[in-house]
Amino acid sequence: MLEKILILLCLSSALAEQPCKPDASDGYKVRLSIKTALGDEAYVWNENEMFLFRATLAFAMRSHLNGQEFDVSNIIVCDETPRVTFWFVVTSPLNTSGLVDKGVVEEAIRMSRNRINSAFLLTDKTLEFIGITPTLTAPVNPDTPPWLIVFGVVMGAVGAGIIVVLVSPLVLKKRKKNEETDEDEEETGVKAVENGSTREGVYNMSFSDDERLTQM
Amino acid sequence: MGKTGDSGVEERPKWDNKIQYLLTCIGFAVGLGNIWRFPYLCQIYGGGAFLIPYLIALVFEGLPLLYLELAIGQRLRMGSIGVWKSISPLLGGVGIASMIVSFLVSIFYNTIIAWVLWYFFHSFQNPLPWSQCPLNDNHTGYDVECEKSTSVNYFWYRQTLNITPDIETSGSLQWWLVICLASAWCVVYICFIKGIESMGKAVYVTATFPYLVLTIFLVRALTLPGATDGLVYLFTPDVSPILKNPQVWLDAATQIFFSLSVAFGGLIAFSSYNSERNNCERDAVLVGVINSATSLYASISIFSILGFKATNAYNSCREDNILDLTNHFELSDQNMTLENYYQWYDYLNSTFPDEVASLPLKSCNLQTFLDQSASGTGLAFIVFTEAVMEMPGSQVWAILFFIMLLSLGLSSMFGNIEGVLTPMHDLKIVPKWIPNEVLTAIICLASFLMSLIFTLGSGNYWVEVFNGYVGSVPLLIIAFFEIIGVIYVYGMKNFSEDIYFMTGSRPNIYWKACWMVISPIMLLAVLIAYVGLQAQKHPTYPTWNPDYELFPQTQVKDYPDWVFAIILLLCIVPVISIPVVALYELICCKIQRSSARAEPSPYCNDGFVVETQEQNNQRF
Repeated sequence: MLEKILILLCLSSALAEQPCKPDASDGYKVRLSIKTALGDEAYVWNENEMFLFRATLAFAMRSHLNGQEFDVSNIIVCDETPRVTFWFVVTSPLNTSGLVDKGVVEEAIRMSRNRINSAFLLTDKTLEFIGITPTLTAPVNPDTPPWLIVFGVVMGAVGAGIIVVLVSPLVLKKRKKNEETDEDEEETGVKAVENGSTREGVYNMSFSDDERLTQM
Repeated sequence: MGKTGDSGVEERPKWDNKIQYLLTCIGFAVGLGNIWRFPYLCQIYGGGAFLIPYLIALVFEGLPLLYLELAIGQRLRMGSIGVWKSISPLLGGVGIASMIVSFLVSIFYNTIIAWVLWYFFHSFQNPLPWSQCPLNDNHTGYDVECEKSTSVNYFWYRQTLNITPDIETSGSLQWWLVICLASAWCVVYICFIKGIESMGKAVYVTATFPYLVLTIFLVRALTLPGATDGLVYLFTPDVSPILKNPQVWLDAATQIFFSLSVAFGGLIAFSSYNSERNNCERDAVLVGVINSATSLYASISIFSILGFKATNAYNSCREDNILDLTNHFELSDQNMTLENYYQWYDYLNSTFPDEVASLPLKSCNLQTFLDQSASGTGLAFIVFTEAVMEMPGSQVWAILFFIMLLSLGLSSMFGNIEGVLTPMHDLKIVPKWIPNEVLTAIICLASFLMSLIFTLGSGNYWVEVFNGYVGSVPLLIIAFFEIIGVIYVYGMKNFSEDIYFMTGSRPNIYWKACWMVISPIMLLAVLIAYVGLQAQKHPTYPTWNPDYELFPQTQVKDYPDWVFAIILLLCIVPVISIPVVALYELICCKIQRSSARAEPSPYCNDGFVVETQEQNNQRF
């Protein structure tokens, strides 16, 4: 009889001390990849770092559930591996044997994810909470798509070029016509006297061409 | 000058200097195919060994045809229609066929330039838009189509083309492609506004810039890891395809032929603006050799970058495996690296084979990644953009790459447009009061409206149809008639005399043998083999269908019958003018033909004959 009571006591105490175990229904697995993130500047994972993690998580729980005073002792960690993975569960400060619901823990972590990451100089990819997918950052969508701006610049230059090339000979022609009409007015006075100014006469090409042919 | 100029012979435009002419011809010959078709052919046909059939085709088919076109253009000093009419009125249809082919090719070619412009405009963003998948509607994950394929594929097929699942579904006009197409035609117009005066200045940039960019890329790529793997892979000769697969010879011959851009009429037009005493033999050899050398040089650059890309893919494949293994076996972080991956893998596989087998590990093989080949738009817009993403400073490389493609495409477009404009002038169907600028604008506008087909959802499929069928069989037929027309109708003797007049020496035995025997036989063989191969199976095309089970692989579908009919039309309509014009000339003009057949000869040049008549008219 005594032995049975002893066994029951031992079992119950053992069970009470084991809220955290792998695949706990209210727990999460954490995976850190410190060397991948920091390379040569990687810090060693030790008890102090673990303390910081528990403190950060307590901070996250406090921020989410205003009023409940979570402490480092409320975050229970187990099953640590050299990979630096471990499981954790969160106990409620009001009832030390009861675990906080998984969903609540997830929301708390999502809210403070950035702060948790920066405490450890890690990112969403290198500090993973297995089961909590990071919220995807929406790609930046500026109001005017940048490609339209480049397009506008290029097309503006091309359009201006076309107009310049098309209009400039017309402008030159007009200028020449004005100059010609001025000179013609002068020439009418001189025409009676002079004979064979350079404007008169017809330039024939065949004469110069003839020279070319005769050389053959 | 002004008065007789109007009533006498119009001064033919001239090149400012020889360099302009050479750069224009080289720019026309060197096009997008040198970048994205030749390296692909080298890769699938055993690397360095492909050069053997390629060089044989160049020497016996490419150079003779090139020399022939440059010579007759320079001698007869007219566009393609005028030239063939002068040689024999029966052959006038050859010129018309060239003009139609040039027009059809320029329509779809400028669509490719529009796509390049689109990517160019998007290269100014940071990060590059094709490096990320967009989020889906409720922001919980990435877009499904993008997840299954890659972000680069998604950007090309969905955000650029917005492609439909097959050619029968036409979709609607994509407004962004329409404005890119409009800007492409505006760029072509501004370069062509003053005819060869403006174009000759534009080619200083468009013909030389690609070489600069290729050199920059080469220097950069050689400093990247994995470049030498790509080069070794490309150039390791494997002689077995040449000996076993006759397709190699066909592809080499067609590649040389289409790469040199003969039979478009553009080369004839360009050389018609030369002075008569120009050494066109040297020009032809120079252009042909530079074209092939550019292909080789481009493939070195391209393959260094592809080697870098394959190495990256191989490394990330192994790193994914490392992550899986590290997480599963709870090993310390970074204990397993790329260097000791294989030792770790063997150890783990021998101690825990069941667990290792249960993991979704990928098999990573560098050779598989190197074997992933692509040609055409797939190489430029998918493979290369992906490679550029992984290079540091990717915006700069993307911008440089797309400007290079733009220059290459533009310089080829000049030749195509010239092949349309110069015959129109020669045909004299355009009234004199329309200035050249307006005629060019009308042609650009008409081409733009016709090429709106390619901005539909199914536009890419139509580009492939045009690319495969307009730019192949009709050109072979035209070239065959060209060589037969000059050598046998005009006469080898007359042609030799013309060449003696122009260059000072008669063509040697190599040219004569090629022109009279080797090239026509090669052309005929290539034509028959090409048509035979095409006719053997019902033509198919790859489609991008997100609903396909094996997506992201492309689904191969048959062309529907009405598309097949259009393909046949595209092949036949250009070349039908050859027999039609010949018949017309035979029947209608039989009487006139025998009396007034003016064969051009060295003693009868246009300037002398026409000018004396005009002189008579003015003196009396």
